[in-house]
Amino acid sequence: MSVVNTKKLCKAYQLGSFNLSVLCDIDLEIEQGQYVAIMGPSGSGKSTLLNLLGCLDKPSSGKYFLDGKDVSSLDDNELSLIRGNRIGFIFQSYNLINQLNVIENIELPMYYQGMSESKSAARARELAAKVGLGDRVKHRPFELSGGQQQRVAIARAIANDPVIILADEPTGNLDSASGADILSILDDLHQQGKTLIVVTHDEEIASRTQRIIHLLDGRIEREIHNGN
Amino acid sequence: MLLFRLKHTIELGAKSLWMHRLRSSLTILGVVFGVCSVIAMLAIGEGASRQAQDSIEKLGSRNIIIETVKPPEQQKDSGNVEKVRNYGLTYSDAESIRNTLKSVEVAVPVRIISQAARYNSRKVAVNVLGTVPWYEEVSSIKIIDGRFLSAIDLKHQLAVCVVDEQVARKLFTFDDPIGLDVKIQGYYYRVVGITGKSVDSEMTDAFSDSKVVSKSNGGVIGNIYVPITTAKCRFSEFSFQMSGNSRNAERVELQKIIIKVGSNEEVLPTRDVLDSLLSRLHKKQDYRIVVPLELLRQAAQTRRIFSIVLGSIAAISLLVGGIGIMNIMLATVSERTREIGIRRAIGARKWDIIIQFLSETLMLTLVGGILGIVLGTFIPFLVTHFGHMPTVITPISLILAFGISVGIGIIFGLYPACRAANMDPIKSLRHE
Repeated sequence: MSVVNTKKLCKAYQLGSFNLSVLCDIDLEIEQGQYVAIMGPSGSGKSTLLNLLGCLDKPSSGKYFLDGKDVSSLDDNELSLIRGNRIGFIFQSYNLINQLNVIENIELPMYYQGMSESKSAARARELAAKVGLGDRVKHRPFELSGGQQQRVAIARAIANDPVIILADEPTGNLDSASGADILSILDDLHQQGKTLIVVTHDEEIASRTQRIIHLLDGRIEREIHNGN
Repeated sequence: MLLFRLKHTIELGAKSLWMHRLRSSLTILGVVFGVCSVIAMLAIGEGASRQAQDSIEKLGSRNIIIETVKPPEQQKDSGNVEKVRNYGLTYSDAESIRNTLKSVEVAVPVRIISQAARYNSRKVAVNVLGTVPWYEEVSSIKIIDGRFLSAIDLKHQLAVCVVDEQVARKLFTFDDPIGLDVKIQGYYYRVVGITGKSVDSEMTDAFSDSKVVSKSNGGVIGNIYVPITTAKCRFSEFSFQMSGNSRNAERVELQKIIIKVGSNEEVLPTRDVLDSLLSRLHKKQDYRIVVPLELLRQAAQTRRIFSIVLGSIAAISLLVGGIGIMNIMLATVSERTREIGIRRAIGARKWDIIIQFLSETLMLTLVGGILGIVLGTFIPFLVTHFGHMPTVITPISLILAFGISVGIGIIFGLYPACRAANMDPIKSLRHE
């Protein structure tokens, strides 16, 4: 069963009288447990596609079924709910909240889903240990290295056990050693059966995935299926 | 669950505010001063009005007081002319009032003579009040020892007197005045009673803008009451004044007539009838009618205006504080655009964002409100202590000030919070 299923998904911006089409007729199906890379030059619509898949943005036309549910016509509150419990985001610049410590950052998506304090605290602790930060739970983001911050971000992304994990250049701000750490965590997630969609410029990252989607000028140019 | 969310929201707000301690405390300061000035102003206003009300109430709300007023001079006399001016209330006025107005319960004539009272070698200036036994009914004085003047004293023109507490203390110091004799203008009067602290006889002047004849209160420490019949035969009704070369004599029979009517409703109609009666009896405008009930209403009116003025000044300072808060919250929101984007991306609804920022604003104003209440209850004490002004802090004003600070928090916090919630998550995430 496909987790992500888009039908003629379009995104256009109205700039004055000029209609700027950023994404056009995207038909994409991603199966449960797939590890997918989205590649393409700047301005090809990668980020817009990621925003649409992440329910941060609404398509101008077309349909988007996430986990079998049509999300293209939901209102803001419902989209927030979907983002919270079906989708996990990993950003290039980690995007942790500075006034909160590691545990509290990981707890946040569970808090917004209304999980009880004891349950979310236990789960956050468990996730911190899982990404190798069990001894730094009380640290605040600026007391951590970039790699550690990104690991916190991954823990946060999987807190609500989402159906897809979206990563936007997850290693873009990291040195190669920390980058490799992050990628191995992503590999682990894939091994555990998570659906991962990674936007990247890096061929090496792309080569770890099962499927590479190349975008050009808002359309899917070609798809490559890696053997593994 | 709800409790946990509340706790979480408060914790989060406190953390964010703590990160900008200076900014938060300066913002709070605006509310502190606003709330504190509301409380202080209301306390001062309330104190002033209570004082006025108390003193008017002592005059008696069912009373009408007619006072002798020196009429305006007809012509300026020159040279060494000696003449006697006759004016003021008379015994027959009192008689007419008693006989013609049926709503009048009692009419009490009062003569006031400023004199020196002596006992042994001590001497004090007093007001000698010649009056009748039922003076007690129209006045708030209380007998604390002995008795007041009696009908027998009045009938036989006895040389007895009742002194008030202040006179008793100053003139007799350690002796018990009752049974002792006090000497006034060469005559001795036996003290038969002591009254509590007298109402200031000049009180009514404070509420009227017309000129009053009664002599200035210089040095007078209290009252001595004697039967009016005694006063009539022992004290001259003439008084002499030297002005330049001329020597003026004045003759005044009564300084006051105090009337008590049956009920509050009868006060004003009686005043009108009284006015027409007296204007027929008096050619000159040599009296004035003071109605404590009316003064009471005027005082209430003044009080309302006073409160409104003070209240608006305080409200303006609160408004300024509120605008300060809004300004800071707007700055905070734009500074934390990225944080808002992150929260939205990981599942926060608009409502969650509104609650978050609104609770931060509310925390600022609540802390400000509480500090303001503490400071605001303290300042009136200073005002009373150093400014010698009475202040009264009413619980209502505390609740009001607290409510206002919460209201300010909600009103001025709502806009920045909504602005935060309505940000586009994608743009916020890209915000640097």
